[in-house]
Amino acid sequence: MTRSPVSEEELVARYGPHLNEAPPGGWDAGVGPDRVVNTHCCFCGQQCGIKLKVRDNAVIGFEPWYEFPFNEGKLCPKGVKRYLQGSHPDRLMRPLERDPSAPGGFRPVSWDRALDRVVGEVRRIQATHGNDAVAMLSGVSLTNEKSYLIGKFARLALQTANLDYNGRYCMVSAGTGNKKALGIDRASNPWSDIPLADVVWVAGSNVAETFPITTSYIWRARDRGAKLIVQDPRVVPLARTADLFLGVRPGTDSALFGAVLHQLIRHDWLDHAFIDAHTVDFDHAAAAVAEMTTGWASEITGVPAVRIEQAAEWWGTAPTGMLLHARGIEQQTKGVDNVLSAINLGLATGKFGKPGCGVTTITGQGNGQGGREHGHKCDQLPGNRDITNPEHRAYIASVWGCDEAEIPGKGIPAQEIIETIHSGEIKGLISICFNPAVSAPDANFTTEALDRLEFYAAIDFFLSESGHHADVVLPGSLHEEDEGTSTSGEGRIIKINAAVAPPGEARRDWEILLDLAKRLGRGQYFRYATTEEMFEELRIASAGGTADYSGATWERIEDEMGLFWPIPGEGHPGTPRLFEDGRFYHPDGKARFHGVAFRESAEVVDDEYPVWLTTGRVVSQYLSGTQTRRIAGLVDQYPEPLCEMHPRLAEQLGVAEGDRVTVTSRRGEMTLPAHVVTTIRPDTVFIPYHWPGARSANQLTNRAVDPASKMPEFKVAAVRIAPAGGRSHTTDARDLDLTEGRA
Amino acid sequence: MTYTSDDAPIFVIDQSRCIGCEACVQACMECGTHRGRSLIHLERVDPASTTQTAPMVCMHCEDPTCAQVCPADAIKQTEGGIVQSALKPRCIGCSNCVIACPFGVPKYMAALDQMMKCDMCTDRTSEGLKPMCASVCPSQALWYGTIDEYNDTRRGSLLRDFFFGRQEVRTKVYTVVDDLSTGPLDVMGGRQRTWLDDPFGLEEAPP
Repeated sequence: MTRSPVSEEELVARYGPHLNEAPPGGWDAGVGPDRVVNTHCCFCGQQCGIKLKVRDNAVIGFEPWYEFPFNEGKLCPKGVKRYLQGSHPDRLMRPLERDPSAPGGFRPVSWDRALDRVVGEVRRIQATHGNDAVAMLSGVSLTNEKSYLIGKFARLALQTANLDYNGRYCMVSAGTGNKKALGIDRASNPWSDIPLADVVWVAGSNVAETFPITTSYIWRARDRGAKLIVQDPRVVPLARTADLFLGVRPGTDSALFGAVLHQLIRHDWLDHAFIDAHTVDFDHAAAAVAEMTTGWASEITGVPAVRIEQAAEWWGTAPTGMLLHARGIEQQTKGVDNVLSAINLGLATGKFGKPGCGVTTITGQGNGQGGREHGHKCDQLPGNRDITNPEHRAYIASVWGCDEAEIPGKGIPAQEIIETIHSGEIKGLISICFNPAVSAPDANFTTEALDRLEFYAAIDFFLSESGHHADVVLPGSLHEEDEGTSTSGEGRIIKINAAVAPPGEARRDWEILLDLAKRLGRGQYFRYATTEEMFEELRIASAGGTADYSGATWERIEDEMGLFWPIPGEGHPGTPRLFEDGRFYHPDGKARFHGVAFRESAEVVDDEYPVWLTTGRVVSQYLSGTQTRRIAGLVDQYPEPLCEMHPRLAEQLGVAEGDRVTVTSRRGEMTLPAHVVTTIRPDTVFIPYHWPGARSANQLTNRAVDPASKMPEFKVAAVRIAPAGGRSHTTDARDLDLTEGRA
Repeated sequence: MTYTSDDAPIFVIDQSRCIGCEACVQACMECGTHRGRSLIHLERVDPASTTQTAPMVCMHCEDPTCAQVCPADAIKQTEGGIVQSALKPRCIGCSNCVIACPFGVPKYMAALDQMMKCDMCTDRTSEGLKPMCASVCPSQALWYGTIDEYNDTRRGSLLRDFFFGRQEVRTKVYTVVDDLSTGPLDVMGGRQRTWLDDPFGLEEAPP
């Protein structure tokens, strides 16, 4: 039995997604802005600068922000159209309480009633089942200030250990690998290093669609003559012009990296001085790859041996090089192994701490970098401190003015929270900025779990598909309705400025949390009048930690167009490039090589499920689509999921472009149109994951996790495919009507 | 960051850099003179076999074919050589221009009964700003700046002389081609074999 109060159709009819097509007043409103606000895009980890045009508390358009150095005015289609999430008909403007008899399944209630209900249910569950039976799930589209606040709110107001964040589904394998190898979880370089690289190696990142602005940095390197290597199961748009393409089978990246290290050793393309002075355990890494010949790797990865040799030669002999990786290698049950084996290549050739040299993740979410540093990860306290370390706990207790014993211990990670909700031990949930109904693997399981909650409160600006399961929905704030800081993928702390105030009765997220804390009787720890006061406390809390923000002020961040952490102490210039002094962040100052043996993914193809499935994103949609599925121009661009497959596979199945196919895994099935292209491996299909319900690719994905990072394996599953009968037309509907807007 | 007329900024299309993201298509709609309507073309060259896409703005011909064939004399150039949308009072919606343009640029807007086309964001460029599409283009396949900026930072030769049968067309907008210093381009000739012909090594001999 589902907890959704009414049918999905009824929920969608009332709460959307509906499409916002035009700015307030329409395209021909003919009015100019009364002010322009310099801020940043609300979407990915690049955090492009943008100017929002504002009139009468509504965002009416945008203007490129040419002066912001990261993107110099450039934007992807999501950035261009982001302003249309404001003044949206689906915007939640009053607190809601589940009521199957009300139209749309929820009835508007007063803030007092909604907040008292949340507090009453939290207290009831905790009194009966213990404090940890209430969990909190949070997201890193939130600012540093909110991330910091949520970490403190969960520990001191909810008094639960079980807080985790949606970076668990994003870049956590990179963070875990970076900490193990380098002692610090941050991109090794500012993006201005990319144009200085002689080799740019993009592994498991569809840069053109997920980090479009980064393509301009890669082209700047190529304009200087750099070689481009792309490693991906698909010929993604950036790969089309690459100098070398490594079309890996999903789940085999560490075999490829291992074979490259084998080649580097075999040809002595090593920086021995760097290895001796700045690293340990090279022997472990060398021993692990001793048998990893290119022939062996070719069998596993499906990449011709000659291409692996070519990649090794270019990487090994180039004076400078950057290896950029993302979810493709990270969202696997060996995501950390993949990251460690990539870092091995950088360490072996001395490609760290110098201009144009680095191995780095491209952080996915807007504040994926900053959000994971300040305490809303289940095992961390602010400043990237360890919640199990007594000294770290004592320091944070001193900042928070609480007894160290009041800070709960290590909680469980996001996927385990969902499993524990499913098994019935966690009975209450508060979520903010997280839509697991779409973004978590094995969607049918996730939905079952949400249905089993005794109480669920969601803070949302639009009613997300997870919110359908909520008992209470609290209308929070959009990105442009609050101020604070974010930290972009390159480690640059930037200032988000409020353009408008929350509409109707909606409130800023932090005001909601402060009110809840007060009603939970813990208001003494949350005496903030402004967001800046939270940042001032964060500066102190982060001081002395790895992610030290103590020298950053809002004023300096704005004046200097961002500051790179670590920035310890007043007047510190910040640290754009890490490891310049040859020191890594382990106590002995040395980086660690890791011996990485190859192992298969949690699920491999067999006679019953003979095709590999990999999932990902398209350029016009962002993550679970809560925002981007509500913007007409973006929906037009890619309206529904398609199953990309090679003509050889299509021929075996007897299907053609547009034919509907049913894709089945051990966990679920979905029916969708085939998109037949030669740009994907013949043994692999790709489905983007931005949609809910019957259109959700996560019905098929595997919730097996990486043992170290607890990242689920979104990128590798085994499926079977059968024609479902019928055709959908995959022509762009916009081509059929060039006349006037929408049909 | 603005350009003066002395800077003589140029518009450059480098199709090879296009990633098909449609930021230009979306941004074109935001332009002050044709709000809500995108006048840029983004072609998917052969979606079944390549992710190659091709953005097309108006090339702004020195002697524009669209204006030559217009029976109503509705298509005008600015002093700076920008070819404008058809003048609303004159346009008879015949679509001669749509058919005749060698680059396929003009769009007949049935709801308005008027031809509209890229005007290089006159409202922006007249104030020294970059056009919207070249401002946002993430890969800078669409590029706007001075010749010196181009030569200092970019690869590839600039081309603006085209032959369509016996018609010779010189455009204001440049397109980027491989090194022209090695001689004239033979667009009908063969090309070098690359891994793109066999991205997954399906035809290569096993190692």
